[in-house]
Amino acid sequence: MSFIELKNVRKGYGEGSLRTEVLDDINLSIEEGEFVAVVGFSGSGKTTLISLVAGLLEADAGEVLYKGAPVPGPGPERGIVFQNYSLLPWLTVTGNVELAVKQVFPEKSAAERREHAVRYIDMVNLKRALWKRPHELSGGMRQRVSVARTLSMQPEVLLLDEPFGALDALTRATLQDELMKIWEQDRRTVLMITNDVDEALLLSDRIIPLTPGPKATLGPEFKVDLDRPRDRTEMNHDPEFTRLRNEITHYLTEVNAESKLAAMKTARRLPDIKPIDLLAPTSKA
Amino acid sequence: MKFKYKLIKALHICGIGVFEPVVHLVTGEEPAKQIPRIGKFIVVPIVGVVAFMFAWHFAAAGLKTSYGDFPGPSQVWAAVGDLREEARVDAEKRVAFAEKKAKNLEKMQAAADKAAAAGDDEKAERWMSKAESEAGRRYSGSPTYWDQIITSLKTVFTGFLLASAIAIPLGVICGLSPIFNGMLLPYIQVFKPVSPLAWLPIVFILVNTAYATMEPAPLADKTDETAVAAYEEALEFKSGFEGWIPPAFVSSAITVALCSLWPTLTNTALGVASIEKDHINVARVLKLGTFERIFKIIIPSSLPLMFAGLRISLGVGWMVLVAADMLSQNPGLGKFVWDMFQNGSSQTMSMIMVAVFTIGFIGLLLDRIMIVLQKLVSFDTAVAA
Repeated sequence: MSFIELKNVRKGYGEGSLRTEVLDDINLSIEEGEFVAVVGFSGSGKTTLISLVAGLLEADAGEVLYKGAPVPGPGPERGIVFQNYSLLPWLTVTGNVELAVKQVFPEKSAAERREHAVRYIDMVNLKRALWKRPHELSGGMRQRVSVARTLSMQPEVLLLDEPFGALDALTRATLQDELMKIWEQDRRTVLMITNDVDEALLLSDRIIPLTPGPKATLGPEFKVDLDRPRDRTEMNHDPEFTRLRNEITHYLTEVNAESKLAAMKTARRLPDIKPIDLLAPTSKA
Repeated sequence: MKFKYKLIKALHICGIGVFEPVVHLVTGEEPAKQIPRIGKFIVVPIVGVVAFMFAWHFAAAGLKTSYGDFPGPSQVWAAVGDLREEARVDAEKRVAFAEKKAKNLEKMQAAADKAAAAGDDEKAERWMSKAESEAGRRYSGSPTYWDQIITSLKTVFTGFLLASAIAIPLGVICGLSPIFNGMLLPYIQVFKPVSPLAWLPIVFILVNTAYATMEPAPLADKTDETAVAAYEEALEFKSGFEGWIPPAFVSSAITVALCSLWPTLTNTALGVASIEKDHINVARVLKLGTFERIFKIIIPSSLPLMFAGLRISLGVGWMVLVAADMLSQNPGLGKFVWDMFQNGSSQTMSMIMVAVFTIGFIGLLLDRIMIVLQKLVSFDTAVAA
């Protein structure tokens, strides 16, 4: 039995003629302790996919199973790191993390909660910003808080929705390394959504491309058999890394081109009409 | 140096950020830049005020009315002096009254003691009851201008708190439930534009009816001593209660509340309804209960809009108050204006002008206070340090 399983999942938005089918025929299974990355172009329905697993959305058809049972809705055991951080702006860094800790570990005393929260904030190297509010933090720091909040819930599954998408390349690399280090410690099950093939290769065990929408579906998976712990500079010289990178990029560009072609084929054809007379009408006629 | 930036921050929070260049200038930071800024944001308004004073002075000089000459700035200033003098005389009278009362009490007490010592219990009791009524005697002079200002402030805050106590919970419910909102929306839209003058008579009647219920039933049998005592006690309670919370005050406060609850209500509803979906998602993932969802996510996130609404409400309340005081004869600034208008003296218009400026300045002050509160609860500005 897989840890997470999606069977023939379909999801769309809107009604009637305005309806768009976002995801179609999604089949995915993730084993316990696996790090799976789904890569795809923006707008292909990646966030929809992860929201289905998180339970924030319900599938129109098909099944989303968690440990063999249908997902009952959102819950802290499937911790999600949102794309746009989703921190509560009126709470400090500690306050944001503590809110989650309090909810998940209600039996802890106030002092224990504080200690627990601080431990996770320290894990993402934010101890200096304990009492700052989100608007006083940079994008990278905010995302760190978001990661600390999710990790502090000690979820069984970590769902990462383009966690570093909005960050600059340098910050992104730092956070990727940090995430990798944290993951190596207990090797939780992770489903990560990203549009960055390098990021996926660096972190995951398996990469599954998502075809461009509408009616996006999952493509053939790519196993990443690179030794862990991985090092981004060394990896660049690994022939396996280069091969995978080329294959995945090639696949993605191909499906993208296909989908554009498909879009062009379905474009409306104009009627074949010609004007009979090109002269301007005169008032006498 | 750190103090300087704290001071500047404080100025901005208080809404008097225009003084920032002055702080820079005093600390000698880029004087060449500060002087034009001071000119633009401080000197220009002052010049404007002075120019207006001159214009007012000359315009007033030629204007004759049935109440005498229209007052210029100097007459209004003289009226301010008169009001202060009045307050001073009144304060003296109060002191004299209190002294005299204390002396009388002492005398009566002494007489009672003497009678008791002489063994004349009846006489002693008479003196004691006299002393009791003397102790209950209150200064009965007419309220001074300051008293009227304080009454107005009390009334407006009572009304405002009443309005907030109704509008905030209702607003939260409206924001949470589109059904409830749909049910309430017609009422909000119809009652929002209603003037206080329309509400006041109804409120007045209702309040007076409520006070009338305190009046004890007339006595059928005046020989029954316990019934008479109960009747008198009830009457005393009623007049005591009326002295403590006058019906005119209640009518005014309720009218203020009725007019000022709408901005808070609509803003709170908007704030709650427009909560970011991401924050709701956080609550869902954390499986927050309804209570925690409301108090930890929804209300904090709607606080800035709620306070914007409260600020408008207090402004509206203060505006409505003058009219309400006039009609209900609540001894506040509105009644002051009305009394001045009625007595038709040569100072009528100057006194009213004083009231106009007072109302304006207090309104400004209230607004500033609300701005500070609003900024303190807004989490998107770097205020909370």
